[in-house]
Amino acid sequence: MSEQLLSDVTVFVLAVLVGFEVIGKVPSTLHTPLMSGTNAIHGVVLVGAVLIASTADDALSYVLAFVAVAFAAMNVTGGYVVTDRMLGMFRRRRDPVPVKEQRP
Amino acid sequence: MSDFDAGVRLVYLAAAVCFVVGLHLMGSPTSARRGNLLSAAGMAAAVLATFAVVAHEGTITNTGTIVLVLALLVGGAAGLVTARRVQMTAMPQLVSLFNAVGGGAAALVALDDFLRLSDGPGVPTRTGVATALDVGIGALTFAGSLVATGKLQGVVTGRPVVFPGARALNAALLLVAVAAGVVVVADDNVPLLLLLLAVGLVLGVTLVLPIGGADMPVVISLLNACTGTVVAMAGFVLENPVLIIAGALVGASGAILTVLMAQAMNRPIRNIVLGGFGGGGSVEVVAS
Repeated sequence: MSEQLLSDVTVFVLAVLVGFEVIGKVPSTLHTPLMSGTNAIHGVVLVGAVLIASTADDALSYVLAFVAVAFAAMNVTGGYVVTDRMLGMFRRRRDPVPVKEQRP
Repeated sequence: MSDFDAGVRLVYLAAAVCFVVGLHLMGSPTSARRGNLLSAAGMAAAVLATFAVVAHEGTITNTGTIVLVLALLVGGAAGLVTARRVQMTAMPQLVSLFNAVGGGAAALVALDDFLRLSDGPGVPTRTGVATALDVGIGALTFAGSLVATGKLQGVVTGRPVVFPGARALNAALLLVAVAAGVVVVADDNVPLLLLLLAVGLVLGVTLVLPIGGADMPVVISLLNACTGTVVAMAGFVLENPVLIIAGALVGASGAILTVLMAQAMNRPIRNIVLGGFGGGGSVEVVAS
């Protein structure tokens, strides 16, 4: 086992543990936005797709790189925008409505 | 390690911190929007740092640059326009669509890397293992998420599609996938990697079709966690820390979220995944 692999596995395991702990008690109204938010985060695969494109040098690898970058870019931009829209809707609905106090 | 490389690694670390803190903030209604923006800022930093790496290394060809810019414009515009235009009630299927393309992208990244390595210096075992997992599960999430999108959109029937022998077929496909994966790792075998890709795509369809439309949000969350894991595998293939961290983070938090969602719907996860139980396409439940 190389040193690189060992440190990669270490990082992976610790990140999994962080992932298990980072969201604790979540109100069920936040489930869908949270799913959408994590969905946007895995759009980080765009980094990998861009790196693949930087070493492409024949027709097949250009096609693969094009599709991979386009897919990942769609995942990133769409993911964050749609999450923001969901949360915007959520906040507006939760804005405190001014209630007239009726006291006898 | 040069100063430049160290700088890039530090930016990746900062991005990872933004993802973790952002995700944490998203767990509470008052800070959720800020959390998403923080996570987006981390993403922007990671992608910009990667552009700097590409420019610094200078290995990209002119055609490659055109391909990269065009793909960024096409994909970015597609994501932006669909996310802006979509009806509020249609959001879950859009998330599922974004999940599908994310999984597809991760599978293609590993496939491309494998083709290059098997053509030249040969594939090290560690890369082979990560590639087989990435391509197999990536293809599964891609096809599965597309079926989930179709079910919510009404393109595919929302009712559970059950046919005789489905379980046996899935088990057989899984065996084929595992066998192909083992040979891919042992032998740098490109045709079998393509077979693994194909079997993954079929499994994605046959596993999601028997699940009822009402259970789709939980399934999408599960597939989302799968995509996270796949992205982490792509990180192992490319030896890229930010992919490993973000992928593992999404894989684990997505798994927890899947459990929470199933609990909120009072449905045991096992019943959902095995399928055939869920009710018809009551998509309205989803919008909550």
